[in-house]
Amino acid sequence: MPRLSLSPIARRRLAVFRHNRRAWVSLWLFLVLFGISLLAELIANDKPLVMRYDGQWYAPLLVDYPDMEFGGFLPTRADYHDPFTQQQIAEHGWALWPVIPFSYQTLDMQMRRPSPSPPDSRHWLGTDDQGRDVLARVIYGFRLSVFFALVLTAGSLLLGVVFGGIQGYFGGKTDLIGQRLTEIWSGLPVLFLLIILASFVQPNLWWLLGIMLLFSWLGLVDVVRAEFLRARNLEYVRAAKAMGLPSRLIMWRHVLPNAMVATLTFIPFLFTGAITTLTALDFLGFGLPPGSPSLGELVAQGKNNLQAPWLGITAFVSLSVMLSLLVFIGEGLRDAFDPRHIQFAPSASPTAPTATRMTPNGQ
Amino acid sequence: MNRVAQAPALDSQIPAAPEQDRQALLEIRDLTKRFSLSGDFLEQLRFKGGKLVRKQEFVHAINGVSLDIQRGEALCVVGESGCGKSTVARVVMGLLSPSGGEIRYDGARIDSLSSRQLLPYRKRMQMIFQNPYASLNPRMTIQQTLEEPLRLHHPDWDRQKVRDKVEEVMASVGIAPDWGKRFGHEFSGGQRQRIAIARALAVDPEFIVADEPISALDVSIQAQVLNLLMDAQRDRHLTYLFITHDLAVVEHFGTRVAVMYLGTVCEIAPTATLFATPRHPYTQALMSAIPKLEDDRPQHIRLSGEVPTPVNLPSGCVFHARCPHANERCRIEIPRLIAKEDGSQVACHAVEEGRL
Repeated sequence: MPRLSLSPIARRRLAVFRHNRRAWVSLWLFLVLFGISLLAELIANDKPLVMRYDGQWYAPLLVDYPDMEFGGFLPTRADYHDPFTQQQIAEHGWALWPVIPFSYQTLDMQMRRPSPSPPDSRHWLGTDDQGRDVLARVIYGFRLSVFFALVLTAGSLLLGVVFGGIQGYFGGKTDLIGQRLTEIWSGLPVLFLLIILASFVQPNLWWLLGIMLLFSWLGLVDVVRAEFLRARNLEYVRAAKAMGLPSRLIMWRHVLPNAMVATLTFIPFLFTGAITTLTALDFLGFGLPPGSPSLGELVAQGKNNLQAPWLGITAFVSLSVMLSLLVFIGEGLRDAFDPRHIQFAPSASPTAPTATRMTPNGQ
Repeated sequence: MNRVAQAPALDSQIPAAPEQDRQALLEIRDLTKRFSLSGDFLEQLRFKGGKLVRKQEFVHAINGVSLDIQRGEALCVVGESGCGKSTVARVVMGLLSPSGGEIRYDGARIDSLSSRQLLPYRKRMQMIFQNPYASLNPRMTIQQTLEEPLRLHHPDWDRQKVRDKVEEVMASVGIAPDWGKRFGHEFSGGQRQRIAIARALAVDPEFIVADEPISALDVSIQAQVLNLLMDAQRDRHLTYLFITHDLAVVEHFGTRVAVMYLGTVCEIAPTATLFATPRHPYTQALMSAIPKLEDDRPQHIRLSGEVPTPVNLPSGCVFHARCPHANERCRIEIPRLIAKEDGSQVACHAVEEGRL
C-alpha cells in the first residue's frame, strides 16, 4: 500500500537502487547486522535469559535477584558466573543462557589463560587485556556506534538544513553574514576543541554527541544552501511567493522537497564520518567513558597488545565491514538519485499515454 | 529658451491624467527598479589612487514607468527582450521591491507593504507565469497545487468546501476532475498552463498579471489558452496586465497597449489606434516588422545599431541613438508621456513638436 503512494520518480530511484546489487546486498547485510546488535542483550549477556529454580520461574534479564535467592548469603545482585551459584542452579533447576554468556563489561574470573586470551570455545574472539569477551564488546560497540551516528546525522541534518536553507533562501545579506560566520566556525580546529572540552566535562555519550553536533552540520550547510539558492528562483517558488505564502511554508513545501536530493546523497557519508570520528576519539582516549563498549577502544587495545593479534584483527574487520557496507549503500543512493542513471533503469510504467488520453473535451 | 517654455506645458499635462485615474484599478507612478551589479558591500570597495572608493553599478531595468490599468481592460505591455516588461509584472506583484515610485491598487499604496499586509491584495491579484514546465511544483499533485491558494486565503473553509471549489475551477478551465491525483510532469505544456491558470483563478481574483503566458506553448495551443484567458475575463470581469512580445496576440487580446523600450514606456494607446497609427518612431519600427500577407514589398524600417546597455543609460530619450528623427533636444531631455486627442499617450519630442 505505501508503495502506491510513491511518486514515479521515487519508484524509478528505488528500481535503480535495487538494480545496484552491491548496494542492495549491503543495505540488507547492514540492516541484519544492526538488527542483531539491537538484540545484543539477548545474544551476549552475563545473566541467563530464563531460569527455573526450586520450581519457580526467574527472568534474570529483566529483574535483579539478590544472591540469597539462589542459596547465597549476600543481599547483593546475584553473580551467575560464580561457581557456587552455578552449582546451586544446576542442583535446583536449570538456566537458559544467551549464545555468548558475557556482557560487554563482564570480567571473566574463570579464565584458563592469562588475558588477553586467544580465541577458544569459551571466548570465540578471545578476550581483551582486562578479560572481557571481545565478541560481546564488538556487538555492543557496533550498536553504540550506529546509534551515535544515527542521532548525530539526524541532528546535523536538522541544523544543516535550517541554517543552509535560511542562507540560501533569503540570500543577500543573510547569506553573506551566514557564510562568513560558518566559515569562521568551520575554521576552528574541531579535534583539539573536542579534546579540550572533553577535559572540562566527564564526557558521556550525550556530551560527545552535543559537542560533535556543534561542528558536524557545517558540511551540509553548503550543499543545502546551494540547492536553496537554485530553487528560490524557480518559477513555482515565485508562484508561491506571488500567492502570498509565508517564507517558512514556501521553504517547507516547495523548496525543501525539491532540494533534498543532494542532501540525501550526503547522508551516508555523514554517517560514516560520524562513526569514524567516534572511533578516532575513543582510540585517543577522549571519547566515551572507560568501560563503554567501543570499537575505537578495541583498536587502541589492538595497538597496545601486538602479541594478541585477534584484538587488532577483530577491530579492523568489524570497522572495515561496517564502513564498507555504509559506503556501498551511499554509492548506491548517490547513483539512484543521479538523473543520468535513471535511463538505465527498467522503466516503471510510462505515464505519457495516460496523460494524452485525458485531452480535455472543452475548447 | 524653448525648453523653459515647454516646461509649464509639460506640467499641465500631468493633472490631465488624474481625471481618468479615479476609477483606475492599478496605478503605477514613476516606477523605477534597478539591480545592483556590484555584488555585496565588500566587493564594491575599490582602491583608486590610494583611496578606498565605493563603486556601484546598476542595471536600470525600469526607469520611470507610469501606467494606469482600468477595471475590466486588458493592458498589454509589449517590447523586445530585456526592455523591462517582466520586471514591471514582478514589481506589481510584489515579487521585487521597487527602487522608486508608487504602485496603487484600488487607491491604496501597495509597494511598501509588508508581506502580511499585502496578503488581502494577494487574494485579489494573481499571476500566471511564462513557463508552465517550471511553474508547477514537481512534487505536488494537481489537487494539492490547486488547494494551496484556497487554504492560504480561506483558512476558515472546511475540507469539503475547498474540494468543491477546486472542482469548480478545474471545470472552468476545462481540465478533468480526475487529473487531481496526478503530478505536473504527466501533462503537456498546454495542459499545465491550464492548471496554472486554474491556480490563479481559484481564489476569484479581479486582477491578473500574465507574464508571457503563451510564449512557451506550441502555436496550436496558444490560441486555446488565449481563448481560455478571454473567456475567463468575460465570465469573471477580470482585469489583465498582459506581458507579451507577440504583436498578433496583442491585436487579438488587448484593450490598450503599452510599448516599452529600455525600461521606459514610449507609447500607450488603444489597440486599434496603435495598430492603425503608431506615433512613436520605435512603435512604427516595431509595427513595420509584422509580416503581412498582402504586402509584396516589405516596408521594414530598419533601425541601426543595437539596444543600448541598461547599465549606462543614454542621456535624454533612451531611443535617440537609433531614432531617425532625433535632434539635439532628444539627446538631452527625457521625453514625458503626452496625451493625444485619440486617447493615446506618446513620449517623443518629435511628436510633441509636430515634426513627426
